[in-house]
Amino acid sequence: MKRFLIVMAAVLFTAPAFAIDTSKAFDDPELQARYDKLISEVRCLKCQNQSIKDSNVFLASDLRREIRRLISEGKTDAEIVDFLVTRYGEFALYRPRASGKTLVLWIAPFLLVLLGGFAMFRVVRHRMSLSIDDETVKEG
Amino acid sequence: MARYIALLVAAVILLGFLWFGLLRGDPRALPSPYIGKPAPLFVLPTLKDQSKTVGSADMAGKFTLVNVWATWCVQCRAEHQFLMDLAAEGSIPIYGINWRDTRPEALRWLQQLGDPYVASGFDADGVVGIDWGVYGAPESFLVSADGVVLFKQLGPLSWDIWERDFVPLMADGGASQ
Repeated sequence: MKRFLIVMAAVLFTAPAFAIDTSKAFDDPELQARYDKLISEVRCLKCQNQSIKDSNVFLASDLRREIRRLISEGKTDAEIVDFLVTRYGEFALYRPRASGKTLVLWIAPFLLVLLGGFAMFRVVRHRMSLSIDDETVKEG
Repeated sequence: MARYIALLVAAVILLGFLWFGLLRGDPRALPSPYIGKPAPLFVLPTLKDQSKTVGSADMAGKFTLVNVWATWCVQCRAEHQFLMDLAAEGSIPIYGINWRDTRPEALRWLQQLGDPYVASGFDADGVVGIDWGVYGAPESFLVSADGVVLFKQLGPLSWDIWERDFVPLMADGGASQ
């Protein structure tokens, strides 16, 4: 039991060693908030489906370093996003910007809801036109 | 009957998506946003001599192949013999970007396996790698005489890929379309 506790404690207390960027990047809370938001929205290209905030491969840490540099150089969020898209394409962003290329991504959900709503409307109207006691009548 | 035909059509469309998805190749491969655009300018200290530099200025006026490599990259080792053969054939100068590596290891690599590069830039902190949109070595860019990226190969090159994807783009003798 004692040994078990020691092992558990060791496991618990080594966790911070795997944490990513434990120190704050900026003293200014406003800049830190922008930094946190940006890194959680940029995809790690090497480890797709992780943001660069959650990944510790070196490409992610390189990208975090570049974003820190750009923020401290006074670049706006839009300029930083441009910087990334120029180099890696729209796929680097978890929330693709609304543009000609990504238009279909943005309108598809609304189109699908409209389509589904229309289908439901048709079915409901059809059902309503049936008389109450026709449960044995075959559909079609 | 009409209902079954509708279902069949829907199934065929969905199967089409599946077929397309399966045959699309590596779903993690990303197209480079630089294709058809000017290659990012760069200057790096050379791997062999810190006091010298290599960069876009050296590459102007001819087709060049820019190869991103590193000693920690297993696929680069697989690709290396092809690069040696290509350099020996002499149809195109190869410039290396030694990405996120250490000098002693990279130099030992070239000593042991041979050096196909006109020069390799030493990109220790990966800044030039990011400028070129590199996310996994090896990556190879075909750059035209006027500095436009014509093609990007993700993963190791081979003669098959070279002749299929690169050679036709170099047919017009140096300028980009």
